[in-house]
Amino acid sequence: MTNEEKKCIAQFEIHHTQLLNQAGELVGPLPDFAASYETLLALYRTMVQTRTFDSKAIALQRTGKMGTYSSSMGQEAVATGIGHAMRFEDVLLPTYREYAAQFQRGVAMSEILRYWGGDERGMAYANQPHDMPITVPIATHVPQCAGIAYAMKLRKEARVAVCVLGDGATSKGDFYEGINLAGAWQLPMVVVVTNNHWAISVPREVQTRAQTLAQKAIAAGIPGEQVDGNDVIAMRHVISNAIEKARSGGGPTLVEAMTYRMHDHTTADDASRYRDQSIVDEHKRLDPIDRLRKYLTANHNWDDDKEKSLHAACAAEVEVAVNDYLETPPVPPETMFDHLYETLPDALQAQRDEVEQLGKQKKGGDHHG
Amino acid sequence: MAEITILEAVNLALARALEENPDVVVFGEDVGVNGGVFRATEGLQKRYGAERVLDTPLAETMIAGMAIGMAAQGLRPVAEVQFMGFIYPTIEQMICHATRLRNRTRGRITCPMVLRAPYGGGIHAPEHHSESTEAIFAHMPGLRVVIPSSPLRAYGLLLAAIQDPDPVVFLEPKRIYRMMKQEVPDDGEALPLDVCFQLRDGADVTLVTWGAMTHETLQAAEQLAAEGISCDVLDVATIKPLDMETILNSVAKTGRCVIIHEAARTGGVGAEIAAQLAEHGLLSLFAPVQRVTGYDTIMPMFKLENDYMPSTERIITAVKKTLEEA
Repeated sequence: MTNEEKKCIAQFEIHHTQLLNQAGELVGPLPDFAASYETLLALYRTMVQTRTFDSKAIALQRTGKMGTYSSSMGQEAVATGIGHAMRFEDVLLPTYREYAAQFQRGVAMSEILRYWGGDERGMAYANQPHDMPITVPIATHVPQCAGIAYAMKLRKEARVAVCVLGDGATSKGDFYEGINLAGAWQLPMVVVVTNNHWAISVPREVQTRAQTLAQKAIAAGIPGEQVDGNDVIAMRHVISNAIEKARSGGGPTLVEAMTYRMHDHTTADDASRYRDQSIVDEHKRLDPIDRLRKYLTANHNWDDDKEKSLHAACAAEVEVAVNDYLETPPVPPETMFDHLYETLPDALQAQRDEVEQLGKQKKGGDHHG
Repeated sequence: MAEITILEAVNLALARALEENPDVVVFGEDVGVNGGVFRATEGLQKRYGAERVLDTPLAETMIAGMAIGMAAQGLRPVAEVQFMGFIYPTIEQMICHATRLRNRTRGRITCPMVLRAPYGGGIHAPEHHSESTEAIFAHMPGLRVVIPSSPLRAYGLLLAAIQDPDPVVFLEPKRIYRMMKQEVPDDGEALPLDVCFQLRDGADVTLVTWGAMTHETLQAAEQLAAEGISCDVLDVATIKPLDMETILNSVAKTGRCVIIHEAARTGGVGAEIAAQLAEHGLLSLFAPVQRVTGYDTIMPMFKLENDYMPSTERIITAVKKTLEEA
């Protein structure tokens, strides 16, 4: 039988949203929130602050003052839109390029530096009680997001869980298991796939034959859509709609945000081994920060003076965070036992004592040496 | 008071936990309407509703992952994996997340979850339904691994596991699910975790075991008693973290030790106990420590499963071997 002779029993479409084109021109209806200069400025500021932080973090790693770091350069609009669309009481499950969302949600820049500086205290998030720490294993947080969303649903709370992952993560079973449950149980959650075209060295085309990643939602019975992830207005708009739909009982959504990883995978990676600089340069033209600046310049009297003073303010904030990070008091070695269980089991006390003793000897030795 | 089986004690503890704490949620494959393939959750969905006793899609990674998410939000999830042979997809969730969440966040977010699974051989089950791989979990820092061996301990230890502020893997020895009955008062009293239970007082040799093997071990102790050999029998119960103090005190008294477990020998929990006896109790030993365990083979299908698992005879032989030494 030819397809014409077979009966079509289901059809699906994937839609893409772009509101600002790469020239910073409005190409769709302006969402209400974007009429406010203050709101646009807040989005712009977050992106600039995140990029300033990013450059500094890379510099800290390059000068031996921090461990491996994963840059979010070029992708700032994705997490900026997510963070701005969420309420404080919602829960974010980030991976390692969502600093812009984390900063808006109360995570301190110094905490992120501490984390990449090899210190668990960088995940204590003094001003963010709800959010999960950065997830390093790929896609394992999608099922967790479903569990968090189920807890919210069971308690009839008007809260939403938002999980962010990369394009490579959609190849993992955890991703599918999680979105499948989200659909089956109509959970208040939003899954954002940040498609930055690269899973370390493996390009998106090699990752999957699927035409879009958004369409993976269809198999889970949930809506999937694509958004220009370098257009912060579209990003904020699409994510906000998905979050508010979930909050009001409308079920989960999968959003594929199209962006590009401008930096190496991490500071331990060298992208020149597997991609041409010319491709990266092409993507520079799509830069999310340039795009909003052009819009602000054309529509809200943004100028060089404002730009300079914003950059200076962001640099000063980052400087404070860096100093705070560099002055972090050392962590006593025996504390590696202190958050293992609520109460340390007797079986581990001797090991803790040993570490404490060795730590004291070392400290004494350092002192005398 | 009616006497009940281990299986019924598990059900009773789950019902008590659901009754007393609205944060308790019970879920897994076939757990709800069907009441679990062994009937451990029978009747719970009817009594506590489909919002708290749930049938999940068939996905073990997700079952563990959602339990972590629920626990992170302050629920007390009790997740079931249908057989230990299907627990392996949960390992990444357990080792990378459940066990580490408190530590990673310096106590900001915790993970009070229980992952239940029937384990062990001896029920003539198909392939992948008979393994004892508890050592995999016992190796994970931040976790508790608890194994009951009687209806009383199944009830009290499961309640303790659910009340515990940290993640617990609760392994139920399915061969003895219905083997014995005991009176179990439904008083909501938890038993202590992290401690061994003395099942029999003796002076000549210490027998250390857990799970279904307590049955053969007690049989061996009974037969040896008839020959005038007195065995101190310990049920480890919480294999992680280990209560070595009780084991060392017993060995200080007897000077001899036989460790019995169903799991493969190399890297089994018995190896850890033997190592700690060597470190902390060597001078009280009159004879080398003996291990009676499953072999370092694939758990055979059921035609050979009884040849794989420690028998009462193998335990008696090992005890006598320790007594041959002066």
